[in-house]
Amino acid sequence: MSKAENYQMDEQQVNGVDLKITTYQIGERFYCHIENKDPGATIARAEGTRREEARQLALAKIQKRLQ
Amino acid sequence: MTNFANPEVLVSTDWVNEHKNDPNVIIAEVDVDTKAYEEGHVPGAIGWNWQTQLCDTVQRDIIKKSSLEKLLSNSGISNDTTLILYGDNNNWFAAWAFWQMKIYGHKDVRIMDGGRKKWLAEGREMSQDTPAKKQTNYQAKEPDLSLRAFLPQVQQVYLSSNTALVDVRSADEFSGKILSPPGLPETCQRGGHIPGAKNIGWGMACNDDGTFKSYDELKSLYEGKGVTADKDVIAYCRIGERSSHSWFVMKYLLGYPNVRNYDGSWTEWGNLVGAPVEVGA
Repeated sequence: MSKAENYQMDEQQVNGVDLKITTYQIGERFYCHIENKDPGATIARAEGTRREEARQLALAKIQKRLQ
Repeated sequence: MTNFANPEVLVSTDWVNEHKNDPNVIIAEVDVDTKAYEEGHVPGAIGWNWQTQLCDTVQRDIIKKSSLEKLLSNSGISNDTTLILYGDNNNWFAAWAFWQMKIYGHKDVRIMDGGRKKWLAEGREMSQDTPAKKQTNYQAKEPDLSLRAFLPQVQQVYLSSNTALVDVRSADEFSGKILSPPGLPETCQRGGHIPGAKNIGWGMACNDDGTFKSYDELKSLYEGKGVTADKDVIAYCRIGERSSHSWFVMKYLLGYPNVRNYDGSWTEWGNLVGAPVEVGA
């Protein structure tokens, strides 16, 4: 059974919306969740084989969603 | 957790880790993001989808008694099971599930303080297995509607000095600047809030690690806005889920005797023809 690893959170603004970006690893996969800072709802998620891949995929979804 | 009014409704991640194989304990993950469970979850935990399993999918309503009985029976939950709920986003939808469990009279239901966020951040084990649970014959009680507010009740009391209406949405939703949180669909025709409501965002009840703030901090937060234990308190948000979290805080952590969740919320009020609306902070 895998453990959660490399849990990280940071913040970024996209199209004027403050976002919280969370990334972590479970087994071989990296996951990224992006939520609006207020009220805190997840509005994009993605996964990949590397942290940056998961993050960029999730951010691409955010760009479309917040247009 | 000991100074909360009802500390037994919260368990720590350590407690869950120690009891995850206890046969009388069932752990259920309920997420805002319904895909999160599939990534990995607390070993042994089942996953519930709030959109399809904790709502009536035909009419706008909470789950029916018969559907809840079926869900809990299929999940291996008996009437005497200790049910532990947790989820993402500071237990947002775990609280939605908790509220409905209490409406239907489940005795021992608790929330894992900090939820999925804390479990992940602590680097704990994550399983991708969906556990098979032994079928039970769960018998729910008749719904306790003292925990739920309906539109006619809100219309009757919203300006009463004995009532404290708590709008738990973001400041921008409350003021009418936006109709829904960024990235989520708009579900109302007008922005603003129910006249007289106080704005106390649901997330203000949580620390950065997802755990609930202390009793003293929560008391100060609500009392500072005039939301006190002697009032008939009604919490609302957009569709009633964020407000179930605030309902949990006021009802169980602070011990306010009369707290109801108005799950019709702004999606109902903000679409009513002729309903009074207040805008601005």
